[in-house]
Amino acid sequence: MYKGVAITGMGIISSIGNSVEENYNALLNSQIGITTIENIATVHADVIKVGEIKKTNQELIEELQLGEDNNFSRTAMLGTIAAKQAVKNAGITLINEYRTGLISATSVGGMDMTERYYHEYFDNPEVVKYISSHNAGDNTDKIASELGLKGMVTTISTACSSAANAIMLGARLIKSGKLDRVIVGGTDALSKFTINGFKTLMILSEDYNKPFDNERTGLNLGEAAAYLVLESDELVKKENKKVLARVSGYGNANDAFHQTASSENGDGAFLAMEKAFKIAQLQPEQIDYINVHGTATPNNDLSEGRAIVRLFGENKVPDFSSTKPFTGHTLAAAAAIEAVYSVLAIQNNVVFPNLNFKTPMEEFSLVPQTTLKHATIEHVLSNSFGFGGNCSTLIFSKSE
Amino acid sequence: MKKTYINGLGCISAQKTFDTIFLEEAELNEDDIILPLKAPVYKDFIPPVAIRRMAKGVKNGIVASTLALRVAHLETVDAIITGTGMGCIEDSEKFLKAILDNDEQFLTPTSFIQSTHNTVGGQIALGLQCKAYNLTYVNGSVSFESALFDAKMKIEEGEASSILVGGIDETSDYTMSLFKLAGFIKEENQGPYSVLEATTNGVVFGEGATFFALENEAKENTIAEILDLEILNKLDVSEVEDKIISFLALNNFELKDVDAVVLGYNGDVDSDSYYKNLSNTTFVNTPQVYYKHLSGEYDTASAFGLWVGSKIIQTQNIPDIVKLNALDKPAYKTILLYNQRNGNDHSFTLISSC
Amino acid sequence: MEALKQELKSKIIEVLNLEDIAIADINDDDALFGDGLGLDSIDALELIVMLDKDYGIKLVDPKEGKTIFKSIETMAAYISENRVK
Repeated sequence: MYKGVAITGMGIISSIGNSVEENYNALLNSQIGITTIENIATVHADVIKVGEIKKTNQELIEELQLGEDNNFSRTAMLGTIAAKQAVKNAGITLINEYRTGLISATSVGGMDMTERYYHEYFDNPEVVKYISSHNAGDNTDKIASELGLKGMVTTISTACSSAANAIMLGARLIKSGKLDRVIVGGTDALSKFTINGFKTLMILSEDYNKPFDNERTGLNLGEAAAYLVLESDELVKKENKKVLARVSGYGNANDAFHQTASSENGDGAFLAMEKAFKIAQLQPEQIDYINVHGTATPNNDLSEGRAIVRLFGENKVPDFSSTKPFTGHTLAAAAAIEAVYSVLAIQNNVVFPNLNFKTPMEEFSLVPQTTLKHATIEHVLSNSFGFGGNCSTLIFSKSE
Repeated sequence: MKKTYINGLGCISAQKTFDTIFLEEAELNEDDIILPLKAPVYKDFIPPVAIRRMAKGVKNGIVASTLALRVAHLETVDAIITGTGMGCIEDSEKFLKAILDNDEQFLTPTSFIQSTHNTVGGQIALGLQCKAYNLTYVNGSVSFESALFDAKMKIEEGEASSILVGGIDETSDYTMSLFKLAGFIKEENQGPYSVLEATTNGVVFGEGATFFALENEAKENTIAEILDLEILNKLDVSEVEDKIISFLALNNFELKDVDAVVLGYNGDVDSDSYYKNLSNTTFVNTPQVYYKHLSGEYDTASAFGLWVGSKIIQTQNIPDIVKLNALDKPAYKTILLYNQRNGNDHSFTLISSC
Repeated sequence: MEALKQELKSKIIEVLNLEDIAIADINDDDALFGDGLGLDSIDALELIVMLDKDYGIKLVDPKEGKTIFKSIETMAAYISENRVK
């Protein structure tokens, strides 16, 4: 077995809490964050439900103590909050003391400001400052600046699997000895752009999303940011760091089937999981919990379920659940918040419930864990899939 | 540890960079503030039923990647890694405008789908039916270098023997008008816009798609080897020379071993201050090359820069149109590329003949 | 009905960017999806918006499209029965 790369810190802000502790408590107590949208004016407000962080941009600006002339998008602000928490949690004081990188994921970047001021730019000089915040990389640059980080910084965008790839790259950078410490994760704010985009694909649910249910009607969008701090074993030893859990496996494959839909048999998902097992040097029966992608769209859950059945065997699938009924689908951030939940599952030996599930799907006999369950959790597998056929799997393991 | 070789190139740019040798038909345009790319005949590369929904960036990405694969005699690869600053912004704009102008009604999915940053990488995979590793980087001026860095690491890890890596960006009307408003693009009717003589802020903008077929083996058709690559978020002007010296030292080189340096001059007076010091002191005795006067500036223009560097090694010649000084070397073995924008997103790339 | 069929053919060519196809190339009973014209699920979503925008017909479940968009024949029949504009 490969022991994996050490995780020494975590930070998160989502619709179910503004810290790791708040998120954990909400998961334990089945407190969901799916509500009516308040911060964005949209004609769909009465119809859709979203996982929205109930803080206005002004409140976020104040929390981060940003100057009046700041041009942070909501995506950058959420990311900064979560990344700062992670750095603090890892006990880092001098960020450039070791070779430190930041790998962030986003799909919308600064779209929230672009859509707000799109027609105002030419009339209002005060908002021109937001033109540069649209660029995805600008959001990551701002997080790096707020952390004071000067080293390797980059951004990944592979739609809904983005943050899984950021975590994977971070682990590879540590493993290869190219960096000593990497902050990895993702951030995405809600925007009219994504709400309407998913609406045109007819995969937004008007109801609370119910993953792996035969009557599932689609997803609820959400917003969130989460980051992990990964550190080399040398550094962990030298600084006597507490290791929360380890990234032991990762895999990335492309479904190469359709621009938005997943293949019937989940080829991409299957390959991503298979590669992750190979890196982790683990067997499927060693997995104690799968945090599935489980968006609750008819297509994803069928494709992912079939890939899981192919890999684990229909009667040997471990406990699994989608936590998207709590948070909504937070796009590029999803894999990062689910990484935090996977680590929490390992630390606390608990499987979080797949809420809203009633009827098993007719295509197979998979039934998710629907109540909170206490059990020894050594290894968690987490899936994330996105448009463009991008499929990624991460495996997290208990640290010895 | 396996080495990384460039065995194929494909470049769609504002110049004639396909069906040519090396910029022999290049034309200097100092009159316009946006340099559109020279479009290939897409139908020669993409089936009509597939082409009808494709964004400009997707089409160019597919053509450039197809060309790179052809040169390398590859049918498929073990990884597809792309970089793009803004993705297919024409479609992003189209979808956003439809949302705002139609009050969120009667929207169709095509432009939304094309607007995601990973759409080029995804559609190349779809076309090649390539289920391998697939990733897209979107970090300003190091979007392409991040992809290249990942590719090199993949080869070193032994996880891939052949990789397609490329940088793609496109221009679009509204975003360009916003960039003019924000001062990122030079003011109109102030030409000629000479990149080297600039005294103002802002750049001449461009677009392009440049792909490289990388392999872990040198072959008859090998163009160059990628020795090393470093990405850094922030540096002061005064720190660059030391950084270059230590980067070269890691590879057992000194400044004098660099046969040519390719610099990312873009005509923005502040941004170029990072290169001036190198031109005037550090590399005063080294042949110097610039290229953004031919490609325009955009987030992945540095992929065009690597194309230029690779071509110098392949042809052992620096065309006059990209020469910054009058120096020549009998042989171009080792080339350093340095790019950044406004002091952010620095990259150092070291390539050599093999 | 004949006029509606011609109208649909021209709209499909325009909405779906079928540049190389002429109205005369599409027969009333040709399969639009799969082996026929080769349309896919994204085209189906485009056509659902067209039904809404041009004929006031709202489909909630994309699966409904499968039978309606089988051919020009079936599309025209469904539209003439359900159109509100």
